Amino acid sequence: MITDKYLMATAGGALIGTASVMLLWLNGRVAGVSGILNGSFSRKWSETSWRIAFLVGLIAGGLLYQWITGAPLIERSDFPTWMTVVAGLLVGYGTRLGNGCTSGHGVCGVSRLSMRSIAATITFVLVGMLVATGISKVIS
Amino acid sequence: MSSNWKKILAALLSGLIFGLGLAVSGLANPDNVLQFLVLSSDWSPALLFVMGAGILVSIAGYKWVLHRGPVLEDKLQLPSNNKLDRSLLTGAAIFGVGWGFAGFCPGPAIVGLSTGMAEPFVFVAALIVGSQIQRLASSS
Repeated sequence: MITDKYLMATAGGALIGTASVMLLWLNGRVAGVSGILNGSFSRKWSETSWRIAFLVGLIAGGLLYQWITGAPLIERSDFPTWMTVVAGLLVGYGTRLGNGCTSGHGVCGVSRLSMRSIAATITFVLVGMLVATGISKVIS
Repeated sequence: MSSNWKKILAALLSGLIFGLGLAVSGLANPDNVLQFLVLSSDWSPALLFVMGAGILVSIAGYKWVLHRGPVLEDKLQLPSNNKLDRSLLTGAAIFGVGWGFAGFCPGPAIVGLSTGMAEPFVFVAALIVGSQIQRLASSS
């Protein structure tokens, strides 16, 4: 079961990498989800259309997985709504200010060996660990 | 088929593979993300396997794409800024706080919409609001 988990993590990561290479190869674009989401509010159809298609694809990927495996994507159902709201606001603000998230900086940017992306990734992973560990200490 | 429709199809397929990868890897489940971010006896490095595999595939693929150029565009659209500045690091840190708070980042949250559960919808709505607050704050 433990090896299974790492096998799935590796296979999933390879799929994510494949998808990001595909978007750069075909459309010449970086697969950064926060940037794609922000850019999908533009007024130009040529700018919004492929972005909306990518987002629809993300949702379809989740549906396909659930349809094939029958397994739930999200298990928790008791997470406090106020915490979800605060987290979403911070992630939205931070990813726009820092020009990227886990996909754009963490996968695409690091793969291009961009110093900005490497610095951003180290920052959000370390801060994320600090905050998540702190909260779990407070709750328990 | 017009070039824009080809780009839409390419982005849809890339998004689908990306979303499937997030689901398969386990990252679409915030409990798994928190198991990496919370430093405890229950700590799991699975997220590093996801990022590692994604980065390895992307490094190889990007090298190939950088050499041959994109199919449906004249040139690659890569971020040109390579300065480490305060907004990059502040943004990444704020993102890290939000990520550690709930275990959600933009990609998995959008994939999570496929569950029909309230939590990812609340998160994505807050994400868009947070991003718009940053945009309005920076343009004023």
